[in-house]
Amino acid sequence: MQPHEVLRHALEQANGSALVAFLTAGYPEPERFLQILEEVEGVADAVEIGVPFTDPMADGVTIQRSSQAAIKKGISLRWILDQLAARKTKPAAPILLMSYLNPLLAFGFDKLAARANEVRVSGFIVPDLPYEESAPLKDCLDTHGLALVQLVTPATPSGRLTQLCKMSQGFVYAVTRTGITGGKTELPLELAEYLGTVKAAAQVPVCAGFGVREREQVKLINQYTDGVIVGSALIEALERGESAAAFLKELRL
Amino acid sequence: MAPDEAAQHETLLQALLNGKLPDAEGRFGPFGGRYVPETLMPAINRLTEGVYRLLPEKAFKNRLGSELRDWVGRPTSLTPAPRLSKEWGAEVWFKREDLAHTGAHKINNAIGQALLAEALGATRIVAETGAGQHGVASAAACARVGLPCVVYMGEIDVARQSPNVDRMERLGATVIPVTSGDCTLRAAIDEAIRDWVSDPIETYYLLGSAVGPHPYPYLVRELQAVIGHEARAQIRKYADLPDAAFACVGGGSNAIGLFYAFLADENVQLFGVEAGGRGETLGDHSATLSAGRPGVLHGAHSMLLYDDDGQIQETHSVSAGLDYPGVGPEHSLLKMIGRVEYVTASDSEALDALAECCALEGILPALETAHAIAGARRWAASNQGTRILIGLSGRGDKDMPILSQYPVGNRRNGEEAVNAAA
Repeated sequence: MQPHEVLRHALEQANGSALVAFLTAGYPEPERFLQILEEVEGVADAVEIGVPFTDPMADGVTIQRSSQAAIKKGISLRWILDQLAARKTKPAAPILLMSYLNPLLAFGFDKLAARANEVRVSGFIVPDLPYEESAPLKDCLDTHGLALVQLVTPATPSGRLTQLCKMSQGFVYAVTRTGITGGKTELPLELAEYLGTVKAAAQVPVCAGFGVREREQVKLINQYTDGVIVGSALIEALERGESAAAFLKELRL
Repeated sequence: MAPDEAAQHETLLQALLNGKLPDAEGRFGPFGGRYVPETLMPAINRLTEGVYRLLPEKAFKNRLGSELRDWVGRPTSLTPAPRLSKEWGAEVWFKREDLAHTGAHKINNAIGQALLAEALGATRIVAETGAGQHGVASAAACARVGLPCVVYMGEIDVARQSPNVDRMERLGATVIPVTSGDCTLRAAIDEAIRDWVSDPIETYYLLGSAVGPHPYPYLVRELQAVIGHEARAQIRKYADLPDAAFACVGGGSNAIGLFYAFLADENVQLFGVEAGGRGETLGDHSATLSAGRPGVLHGAHSMLLYDDDGQIQETHSVSAGLDYPGVGPEHSLLKMIGRVEYVTASDSEALDALAECCALEGILPALETAHAIAGARRWAASNQGTRILIGLSGRGDKDMPILSQYPVGNRRNGEEAVNAAA
């Protein structure tokens, strides 16, 4: 199986309730990176490792804060790849790198794809790379069968949404700005319709990033998607000194 | 240069002169493009459609034309600088954007985009600002058009350009100090983009320089090209075309505005002057074109200052408006094909030039503008008797909090002054 198929397969195995977790690399402490990663892999079905960038223009305050702190401690794409290379055991869940484009450009797409494949990365998510600009990176990733995950949003027009869903490998990342507050037993109609459209167009699992914080939300979203993505809430749990595994298990149950 | 490379550069120059750049993908040769989050793509596509439909439309042109004439005060003067000319041994002319409403060229773009935003049905404007000139221009243009305006400004710039903060607020804008990132123009753009991402349908992002994703570099050039078109016609009334034209380059909007009309004039040498800051070490200057390499920031592939890990570098300049690690993609192309030469002027050279311009011509230029004057002064020294056009992009009143840190001096003590203030 190609790496992008491994990723897809892992999410399909979760039978409609996949959990994808996001971690900023080397945060809060670089020394604990591999330990936290292993804990997260033990619970999640796939892990996104955030490559810190000085100008994370699509991220909120939590990820801005964690990125800046990680950069100050010397975390770079090179460091992350070296850490992954040093692991003795195979990852328990597929790993993706989530990075803005410039760190990838600085590394060199060709070299990066080869190295990522070597250290058992399954794919990439690049928030400032719309598909119109993605060919140079995608060509290099394709050589090694690495996934380039596409994002869709509630504002994506339907023709474009269909195209993005078709192109996406591993899974489709469904973004929404609409937060869901606790205690609700149903999703707002608009949101349910949007997720339904994405699900109908996708040929790979659909995972939704919602600012997910609670179990109830996970249950609701999972009625419409194949999984959820947890990012800021996990970082905040780590900041509070909580165990990553315990926090994720709580969402998963 | 290899012959095929020279031919390729000539082809790109011809494409530029024939109005074929940016192309349909928003590219100026290898530079430009649209590197934005998917959330913004529908807004970018809608804006692109609107720009190409409205800008050539007669009704829109007439409306913009009357605002430029009656409200901005265009055309701005072309001023001979006789005492400076004598001092330098050259014939110096200033294109006086400092005389435009709100005191800089920024208003040409701000009023054009505010009218565009209104025509596209936006209900709210966000803008970023460095020196505060674009923020003031946006605040004024939004008041004129009747749209609410939010301006993001790095907290370092809020402190060093405080008169402009007060002006923006009095013109009805909400100024939000940015405390993330480098706390200057770059962080302000990050924050303005975040705001836009959270509401791309109702919000219009009024970007102030010829940077960012397509169509902004094109849109801003089209709105600023009036500078060069006027200057070229004005100077021809008195004399032949200049031997050289100088403009300062941060993001590069006043420079592209001045240069664009002269690109086809082979005998007019064009010079962009970047901020050399306090030294050549990364972090001590903002000389993107002179010291950078191709990269992606704020939606465009262009020359950029970053380290080996791809992290964007902090920059320095005494002038807030030039304190930026990126540059517009069209300038990256003009450098690549050799049509424009990019040089630097240091903090102290800029302070010297500012003092000289005050003493000899009775004009207080902006610190940004002073870099263009400094670049021209250096060139004149080895090109005696030439005719030089300088884009006087803005007035220096907003720089008083910085200038007051330096002694009032004769025009040769910039370096001493910098040392004294340090």
